[in-house]
Amino acid sequence: MSTSPASTTALQTSTGPQKILVLGATSGIAEATCRIWAKQGARLFLVARNGDKLAAVAADLKTRGASYVDTAVADLDDTTQHPTLLAHAINSLTGMDVAYLAHGVLGEQPQAEQDFGHAAQILHTNFIAPVSLLTWLANYCVQRHAGVLAVISSVAGDRGRKSNYLYGSSKAGLSAFLGGLRNRVDREGVTVLTIKPGPVKTAMTAGMKGSEKFADVDKVAQTIVAAIDKRRDSLYVPFQWQPIMFIIRNIPESIFKKLNL
Amino acid sequence: MSELSSDPGSTPTASASFESWGRYPTYSAKIIPINWQNDFPGVIAGVHDGALPVGMGRSYGDVCLLKDGNLLLTTGMNRLLNFDSETGVLTAEAGATLAQILDFSVPRGFFLPVSPGTKYVTLGGAIANDIHGKNHHVAGAFGSHVTEFELVRSDGTRKICSPTENLDYYAATIGGLGLTGVITWAKLRMKPIVSRMIDYEGIQFHGIDEFLDLTKQSEKIEYTVSWIDCASTGKNFARGVFMQGDHSKVPAELKQSPEPKLVFPFDAPGFALNHTTVSMFNTAFFHKQVKPRVTALQDYEPFFYPLDKVLHWNRLYGRNGLLQFQYAIPWESAREGTIAILKEVAKSGLASFLAVLKAFGDVPSPGMMSFPQPGITLALDFPIKADKSFPLFERLADMTRDFGGKLYPAKDAAMTAAQFQAFYPQWEQFARYRDPLLTSSFWERVTGDRPTL
Ligand SMILES: Cc1cc2nc3c(=O)[nH]c(=O)nc-3n(C[C@H](O)[C@H](O)[C@H](O)COP(=O)(O)OP(=O)(O)OC[C@H]3O[C@@H](n4cnc5c(N)ncnc54)[C@H](O)[C@@H]3O)c2cc1C
Repeated sequence: MSTSPASTTALQTSTGPQKILVLGATSGIAEATCRIWAKQGARLFLVARNGDKLAAVAADLKTRGASYVDTAVADLDDTTQHPTLLAHAINSLTGMDVAYLAHGVLGEQPQAEQDFGHAAQILHTNFIAPVSLLTWLANYCVQRHAGVLAVISSVAGDRGRKSNYLYGSSKAGLSAFLGGLRNRVDREGVTVLTIKPGPVKTAMTAGMKGSEKFADVDKVAQTIVAAIDKRRDSLYVPFQWQPIMFIIRNIPESIFKKLNL
Repeated sequence: MSELSSDPGSTPTASASFESWGRYPTYSAKIIPINWQNDFPGVIAGVHDGALPVGMGRSYGDVCLLKDGNLLLTTGMNRLLNFDSETGVLTAEAGATLAQILDFSVPRGFFLPVSPGTKYVTLGGAIANDIHGKNHHVAGAFGSHVTEFELVRSDGTRKICSPTENLDYYAATIGGLGLTGVITWAKLRMKPIVSRMIDYEGIQFHGIDEFLDLTKQSEKIEYTVSWIDCASTGKNFARGVFMQGDHSKVPAELKQSPEPKLVFPFDAPGFALNHTTVSMFNTAFFHKQVKPRVTALQDYEPFFYPLDKVLHWNRLYGRNGLLQFQYAIPWESAREGTIAILKEVAKSGLASFLAVLKAFGDVPSPGMMSFPQPGITLALDFPIKADKSFPLFERLADMTRDFGGKLYPAKDAAMTAAQFQAFYPQWEQFARYRDPLLTSSFWERVTGDRPTL
C-alpha cells in the first residue's frame, strides 16, 4: 500500500464536480458509495442490468444532490458492447475522473462443481468482463494521464477455499490483473485501486446467517470514497481483514487443505 | 445465480432475529428482504404461511411480528425518489427512516410534519400505525400529511392511493397495521423551517388540573408533551413537567448539530428498574428542572428524540422485555379516567419509568383504524412481569373501555380480542381490505383469525 505524495484532498482532475462512471450501480456497496458522491454534487453515469432498479437508484441519487445523473441498462457480460457503452458514458459525463467497477456474481459453488457451464459463467462475469472494461478504460486514462480505476475484488480471492473457490478464483484472477495493470499505468498518472471487502451488511445480505456481525455498508462506502480520494492502491474493508487474510494466506497448505473453510 | 453485493460465498438462510421494541413476545419467523419496489409479491411466490411487511421493529408489541411466518423486511427499500423544494413534497420509498429523511431535509430547510419520540422508524411503519407526535393538537396524525402512496397486493395489483384515487384503500392502509398490502413509496408533505433549533419551555405542574390548564394556554404552541411522575402519591400525585416548543423563527444554521443546550438525564441509568429506583428517577427528573419554568433554545434532536442517544435503551428492562400501555380517552371522561388509571397504576406498585401525557386535538385522520382521537392520551412503560403486569394491563384496558377510550395497537401485546373489538368496532369493515396473504400475530390475537391458505 502506498499513498501518493500529493495532498489528501478530494481528487479533481478538472474543476467542478467529479465525473464518475459506476458499473453495477444497483449493488448494495455501489449504491451506498454513490450516495456519498451524490451528496458532494458529483456527475454520475450508472450502469446496471435491471432497468427498474436502476431508475430507482438514479432518482435517489438525483434527489440527494448529484448534479447530473445518466443511466444505461446493459448486461456487462456482453463484452462486445463495452466499447460503445463506455464511449457513450464518457461522452455523457463530458469526461471521466473515476470508474468504479462494482458488478459481480456470487454464483452457486455446489452447482459450479458439477457444471462447468456455471463455473465459466462466474469466471466470465467476475473476471473476463472486468478485464474487457478495464482494458478500454485504462487506455482511455493513459491517453489523458489521469483517472482512477476503483475495482471491487474480494478477500475471497486471497486464497481458494472449498466453500467458494469458483467465486474466489475469479476474484484472485481479477486481483492479479489489477496488480499488473497498476504496475503498467502508475507511471502514466493513472491510479488502480483494488478493493477487498469482507462480508458487508447490505440490503441484499439481510437475513443471512451471522449478518448482524457484517460490516456496515455506509462505513465501507466512506472508506472506499476516502481511498479513491487519496489515490490508494489497495484496500481491505473493514481493515481488520488485512491481518486476517495475512494469516490465512500463510497457513501451510498441508494444514489448510484439511480445514473446513 | 445470486447477484453479488458483498461477499464471501455464504448463502442466505432464514434468520430468526427480528425483535419488536418491547422484546415481548419473541417469535421465530423467516426474514425476507424487500429491497426493491418490484420485489413483492415475487419473492414470496409459493409461500403459504402468511407474511407481514415490517420496518424498524419500533412497535412495542406484536403488530410487527408474525409467529412462524414471513417477515418482509423493507428497510433496504429506502430511496428518496423526488423532492420538490417549492411545495416541500418528498417522495420516498417506504423503508426510508425518519432519521434518513431528516438528514436529507433539515439542511434544505424542511422538517417532518409529524414526528414520534424516535427517529428510527420507517415511513411505511409511520403510515401503517398512523403515528402521532407532539403536535397532534394542531397537525393531526401522520396520515394527514401523506398525500399519496403505492400499495402492492399479493395478487400483483398495484394501487396508487390518495384522497382522490382508491380512497377506500388509502383510508384502510393509513393505520392499517401492514395488513392491506406493502406500501412501496409515499409522498409526504414536509414543513419549512428556518432553523434547526426549538424555542423550548419546561413548566412544572402539580396534578391533572394544572396539566389541563397548561394544555389550554398552549393551544397555539406547536409542540406540547408532558412527562408525568406516576410513582408518587399524596401531595405529589400526578406532578410532572409540561414541555412545549416551536421551531425557532430566527434564521440560523441548519446543517451543524450544535451542542445540545439542555441535556436530558436519560443517558444509561445504570440501575435496575424497580419501584424504588423509578421513584428516585422521577423525583430527580422533576427537580432537575430547578425552577418552575425554564426556557432554552434547544436543538431539535434532544427535543424530539431524547432517548435516541441511548440506542437500545429497551435492554434496560432486562430479558423479559417491556411493554407500553397507551390509551386515548375522549374529553368527556379524560380527566376522571386519567386520574383513576394513574391511581390504579400507583396502587399496583408496578412502576412506570416513562410516563407521557398529552392532549390530542380534533384534526381528523383519513385512517379508518387510526388510534388518535380528541382527548387525553397517556403512555406508560412497564417491565414485563408475567404474574403482575398482565392482570394490571387487563384492568387498565377495561377501565379505558369504560371511560370510552381505546388502546394503541403499536404499543400493545396484551389486549384481548373482546377489548380490541370494543375499541375498534370498525374492524370488520377494515378486514375487507386486508390482503389475504398478510397477517400479524397481533391480528391473529385480536381477531382469532389465522388465514388458512
Ligand atoms: C422510543 C419510541 C418512541 C415512540 N414514540 C411514538 C410516538 O410519539 N407516537 C407514536 O405514534 N408512536 C411512537 N412510537 C411507536 C412507533 O412510532 C411506531 O410503532 C412505528 O410504526 C414504528 O415504525 P417501524 O418502522 O419500526 O415499523 P414496525 O414496528 O416494523 O412496523 C409497524 C407496522 O407497520 C407495518 N409496516 C411497516 N412497513 C410497511 C410497509 N412498507 N407497508 C405496509 N405496512 C408496513 C407493519 O406491518 C406493522 O404493522 C415510539 C416507539 C419508540 C420505540
